[in-house]
Amino acid sequence: MNRKQQEAWAPWVLMAATIILWQIICSAFNVSEFIFPSPMRILEQTIEHSSTIAGHAWRTFWVTMVGFAIAIVVGVLLGFLIGSSRLAYAAMYPLMTAFNALPKAAFVPILVVWFGIGVGPAVLTAFLISFFPIMVNIATGLATLEPELEDVLRVLGAKRWDVLTKVGLPRSMPYFYGSLKVAITLAFVGTTVSEMTASDQGIGYLLISAGSSMQMGLAFSGLLVVGVMAMLMYELFSYVEKHTTAWAHWGSQGE
Amino acid sequence: MSDTPAATDTAFVDFRKVWLAYNDDLHAKGIFAVEDINLQVQQGEFIAIVGPSGCGKSTFMKLTTGLKRPSKGQIFVDGKQVDGPLKISGMAFQAPSLLPWRTTLDNVLLPLEIVEPHRSQFKAKRKEYEARASALLASVGLGGMEQKFPWQLSGGMQQRASICRALIHEPKMLLLDEPFGALDAFTREELWCTLRDLQAAQKFNVILVTHDLRESVFLADTVYVMSKGPGRFVVKRHIDLPRPRDLEITYTPEFTDIVHELRGHIGAMRKTGASAAINQ
Repeated sequence: MNRKQQEAWAPWVLMAATIILWQIICSAFNVSEFIFPSPMRILEQTIEHSSTIAGHAWRTFWVTMVGFAIAIVVGVLLGFLIGSSRLAYAAMYPLMTAFNALPKAAFVPILVVWFGIGVGPAVLTAFLISFFPIMVNIATGLATLEPELEDVLRVLGAKRWDVLTKVGLPRSMPYFYGSLKVAITLAFVGTTVSEMTASDQGIGYLLISAGSSMQMGLAFSGLLVVGVMAMLMYELFSYVEKHTTAWAHWGSQGE
Repeated sequence: MSDTPAATDTAFVDFRKVWLAYNDDLHAKGIFAVEDINLQVQQGEFIAIVGPSGCGKSTFMKLTTGLKRPSKGQIFVDGKQVDGPLKISGMAFQAPSLLPWRTTLDNVLLPLEIVEPHRSQFKAKRKEYEARASALLASVGLGGMEQKFPWQLSGGMQQRASICRALIHEPKMLLLDEPFGALDAFTREELWCTLRDLQAAQKFNVILVTHDLRESVFLADTVYVMSKGPGRFVVKRHIDLPRPRDLEITYTPEFTDIVHELRGHIGAMRKTGASAAINQ
C-alpha cells in the first residue's frame, strides 16, 4: 500500500477504531444506555426508527438547502459589492464582522416572533450563519488583483466591469468553491439549532424530543444523520471545486 | 492652441516640462515624483530609462500611457495630447501576470477582447485573431505552445507570452517595466534578442525601464539616466552602435565603454545622494 492509498484509508480506519473502542468501553463498564449508548444500541435505534428519522432528516435537508441557496445568492452579491468598491468595503466590512460575531442561535427567538414556528426561522438561521464565509471569499478574490495586470487592461480602455468579469470573478472562483464547503456545514448547524427551539419537525426537533424522553440512542442517531448529511455535501462541493477550478491546484501539485 | 505640437512636431512621444505629484497634498508641499521632464522620442525609436530604484521610472510609464495625468506640463503622443488611457500602447512588467485559467493562446488574445475595434468583432473574427496570436507566439519561439497553461511554461516562456499579449493589438508603442528582471542571465540574453528582432521587424516604439545597464545599451537607441528624489532625467546618451546588434557586441570595448560611462553617472548620483542624506 503506497502513501496515497494510506492517506485515503486513514479516516475510515480512524473512524472504525473509534467506534470499536467506544463499543468496548460501553460493554466492558456496562455503561447505561440512558447515559451513553453504545454504537450497537445507536444502530439498533436508527434502524428501529428509520422512517421517523428519514422524515426529519429530509425536512432538515431541504430547509438547509433553501437557506444555503439564499446564502449563496446574498453572499455572492454582497461579496461582489464589497470586493469591487473600496467605499463599499470601507462602509460594510466592519459592520459585517460585528454581525458575524453575534451567535446566530440568539436570532432564533426573534425570528420566531416574526415568522412563527416552522420553516421560516430554520431557513433564515441557516442563511444567516452561512452567507458570511461566501461573501468574504468572493470579496477577497476580487480585491486581490495584481495592480500591474490592471494597468495592462486599463490602458486598453478596460472599464472596471471588464476587469471584474475577465479577471476578478474567475480569480475568485476557487475561493468561492472553497467557501461553499465551509458554508454548507455551517448551514446544517444553523438549521439544527433553530429546529431545536422553533420547529415541530427536523433533526433538531428530534434531538430535543428524544432527549426529553430519555431515548439517548435516538438522539445519537439524529446527531449521526446530521453529521453524515453535512459530510456528504462537503464532499460534493469539494468534488465540484476540484473539477471546476482545477487550474488553481495545478501549479502547486505539478502535473 | 496647445493641442498641436509646434516646434517638435516630428516627435512621436513629446514630454514638455512635465511634473507629477501623486496627490494634491504633496503637490501643495512641492513634493514631486518626477520633475521637469522634457523628452522627445522619434517614431520607431527604442529608448531605455535607467536609474536607481524609486526614481520614478514606473511613474514615467504611467504618464506616457495616460494612466496618470501630469500635475504640470503636457504630454503628446503621436501628435495628440494624452488625456486618458492610450490604447496604442502595450505594457509588460517584471511579473508575467498571465491568467492561470486561460491557455497561452487565450492569454495572448485577452487584449483583443477588451480594446476596440477588436472587441466588437471578437466573436466574428476569432479564427483570424487566433491565427495572428499563433504567428506572434511562433515569432518569439513559442510555436506549438498555444494550448499550454501558464504553469506549464518556464519563467522565460511566460515572459515571452506576456510580451506577446502586450503586442497582439499591434500597438505603436511598447512599454516594458523591468521585463527581464526576474529571469536568469542566459534566458535574459535570449529574450533581449527576441525583443530586438520583434522591434526590428515591426518598428514599434519601445520604452524600456530597467536596472540593467548592459541591457539598456544593447537594446536601445537612446539611454536616459534618471536621478532619484525627485525623478529627473540627468543624462541622455545616444547609443550609436550599428544595428543589427549581435550578443557578441556586448564584449567589445566600445560597448563596455558606454556601460562604464553610464555606470559613472549613476555612481556619481548615488554619492551625491548619500552625502545629501548625511548632511540632513
